[in-house]
Amino acid sequence: MIRSRTRRARAALAVTGAGLAFALVAACGGTTKDSAPQADAGGSGTEKVADPNAPIKEGLKIAFLPKEIDNPYENLVDQGGIAAVEELGGTGKEVGPSDASASSQVSYINTLVQQNQDAIVIAANDPNAVAPALKEAMAKGIAVVSYDSDAATDARQVFVNQANSEDIGRTQIKMIAEQIGGKGKIAILSATPNATNQNTWIEYMKDELKKPEYSGIELVKVAYGNDDDQQSFQETQALLKSIPDLKGIVSPTTVGISAAARYISSSPYKGKVALTGLGTPNQMRQFIKDGTVTEFALWDPEQLGYLAGYAAAALASGQITGKEGEVLKAGELGERTIGKNGEIILGPPTTFNADNIDDYDF
Amino acid sequence: MSDQKLATVPRRRFGVGAVLRWETILLALCVLVFVFGSASTPGFAEADNISFLLLDYTEVALLAMALLPIILTGHIDLSVASILGFCSALTGALWNAGVSFETIVPVVLLAGALLGSVNAGLIVKFGLPALAVTIGTLGLYRGLAYVVLGDGAVTGFPANYRPLATDTVPGTFLPYPTLLVLVVCVLAAVVVHYTPIGRSLYAVGLGEQTARFSGIRVERLRFTLYIVSGVLCAVASLVYTLRYNSARADNGYGMELIAVAAVLLGGVSIFGGRGTVIGVSSALLLMAGLRNVLFLNDVTNEIQNVINGLLLIISVLVPVIATLLRRRRPPAPAAAADPAPPEPEPVSVPDPDPVGVSHGPNEEDQR
Repeated sequence: MIRSRTRRARAALAVTGAGLAFALVAACGGTTKDSAPQADAGGSGTEKVADPNAPIKEGLKIAFLPKEIDNPYENLVDQGGIAAVEELGGTGKEVGPSDASASSQVSYINTLVQQNQDAIVIAANDPNAVAPALKEAMAKGIAVVSYDSDAATDARQVFVNQANSEDIGRTQIKMIAEQIGGKGKIAILSATPNATNQNTWIEYMKDELKKPEYSGIELVKVAYGNDDDQQSFQETQALLKSIPDLKGIVSPTTVGISAAARYISSSPYKGKVALTGLGTPNQMRQFIKDGTVTEFALWDPEQLGYLAGYAAAALASGQITGKEGEVLKAGELGERTIGKNGEIILGPPTTFNADNIDDYDF
Repeated sequence: MSDQKLATVPRRRFGVGAVLRWETILLALCVLVFVFGSASTPGFAEADNISFLLLDYTEVALLAMALLPIILTGHIDLSVASILGFCSALTGALWNAGVSFETIVPVVLLAGALLGSVNAGLIVKFGLPALAVTIGTLGLYRGLAYVVLGDGAVTGFPANYRPLATDTVPGTFLPYPTLLVLVVCVLAAVVVHYTPIGRSLYAVGLGEQTARFSGIRVERLRFTLYIVSGVLCAVASLVYTLRYNSARADNGYGMELIAVAAVLLGGVSIFGGRGTVIGVSSALLLMAGLRNVLFLNDVTNEIQNVINGLLLIISVLVPVIATLLRRRRPPAPAAAADPAPPEPEPVSVPDPDPVGVSHGPNEEDQR
């Protein structure tokens, strides 16, 4: 009894002590988010000047660091990149972690620095976690290009973006308008209500619909399948039941479009309701073949890698430095102008239909 | 229970030699990896690279040092990486809320202690199996981390503290976090090998009942160990968060397995009662060095996992095989007094004493 009492007293003492210490420290104030000194904000010492006519350096070593090494989509991107590097007489390689966690790329970056690569092309898992390592790489004269998923703006020289949001949004309206003959009710099957990229695309779709040539088309509903196969499937079902004269569905998400296609292909709506959006050829092949879907879009991952490879080589050779307005010569793809914040855009998305779908495997 | 333990006692006496040799083997392997690395791999033997290599294993080393005493008592704590994740998420959430970093540090350490004591409470007070409890809290704490921070990332930690997690001590290749790890290792070595607490760890690991009857307060000891583990994980989380300048709920995901692997590779018995700090430290160094050499040679992650897996199995297998071989030999007298094991031991183990010190008395405890 006595023992337990002393023990309780001791515990109470410990808790008060800790509380006091906490209060003391809290009262002292200190470094908070607003007062925190931040590391140097840009200004990387000597400003390099781009020489558009500089020859591509010989024996370039360029490494591609995808989000994770076993992701078939990213492998395809990197294949395109390595092809570009080889076209330029360099050697390209793909290395990367087997999990897409925030920090697993950092040891790879450090390794690539040690290996004296000329350029690192990275799809960042966490834009900030990789930033210190990338900055260190740049400080050692290694060119850094991000693709697919950007790193912190000051931790890379160029970001190769697959397509701009406007193109993606407008292309999808063009496709659906063509498929439903320019008039009728359409609906959108999106991912989550607060997904930034989805909402941007939907805004551009609405804007495109305001054009006079689409006056016969009415967007009646935006449904959300939460990028979940089952939910997207059910939402499709609900859309078709609740809007009997629905002519078409646009699904700008790969999960949504394949779930919708699966439902429509085995329903009486097959062939009557058009479906398009963003999907991967491998997921959509059977629905193109059975006529459920006539055409959908996505950027071509190999071209994305190809462009990133050229950008890396040009950076490493001094042809570009990543400033707005510089022009990148990208082999087969022609020329691209560097936009704001060092962004290079691949171009309008590629459309896939019965004629070309078998050329793609991803 | 006690019968079984009694049976292991005589066996262990031959085991000591084997353990000693395992640590020697580990050190030899370390030397091998580093010599091979610097001879064959350009860029390996540079100060920068050695810093990367050490820095890369900071958090794993801290978790391993948290796990070591727990495993010595025959228990396990699989929630270590999840505590790291939670503490990192908490750091991010508090930082976002405008709390000063100086306040966040003690709060996070307290949170680590709290999570550790939840483990301890469930295991010690309710007598639940440590494996089940910590598998449960592995999921629970990781889940809470997402509750606290969601799936976003917080960045922009103060640049005056970040160097503490990334920079090297001026003039050397030793990063500050490695210094911290060294301090923790030395502390652990002193406590485990040179104090009564350390001896009771081995005693509890060899036979909980026996230890209890010899007057060791097993419950209190275990409780303390889990709290210490929680605090060490919190420290690791601070290093991790500052090092990557990114607080996320998925930080350190899966790291518990690497830490457990390092401890076992270091020659610590998963059943408790056997193992040394120097063994675990060499295992950590070996894993870090090997990983770096393989990375520089573009060996893929899959192959690295295969190599690490094989090493781990060998580490568990060697003592067993050694015991089996010795059992086959003519009976006790020869084996017990066998001063000349097949291979000579020319490599001097830095501290063979601690092993002797810790094992001697605790065998007495046993009886």
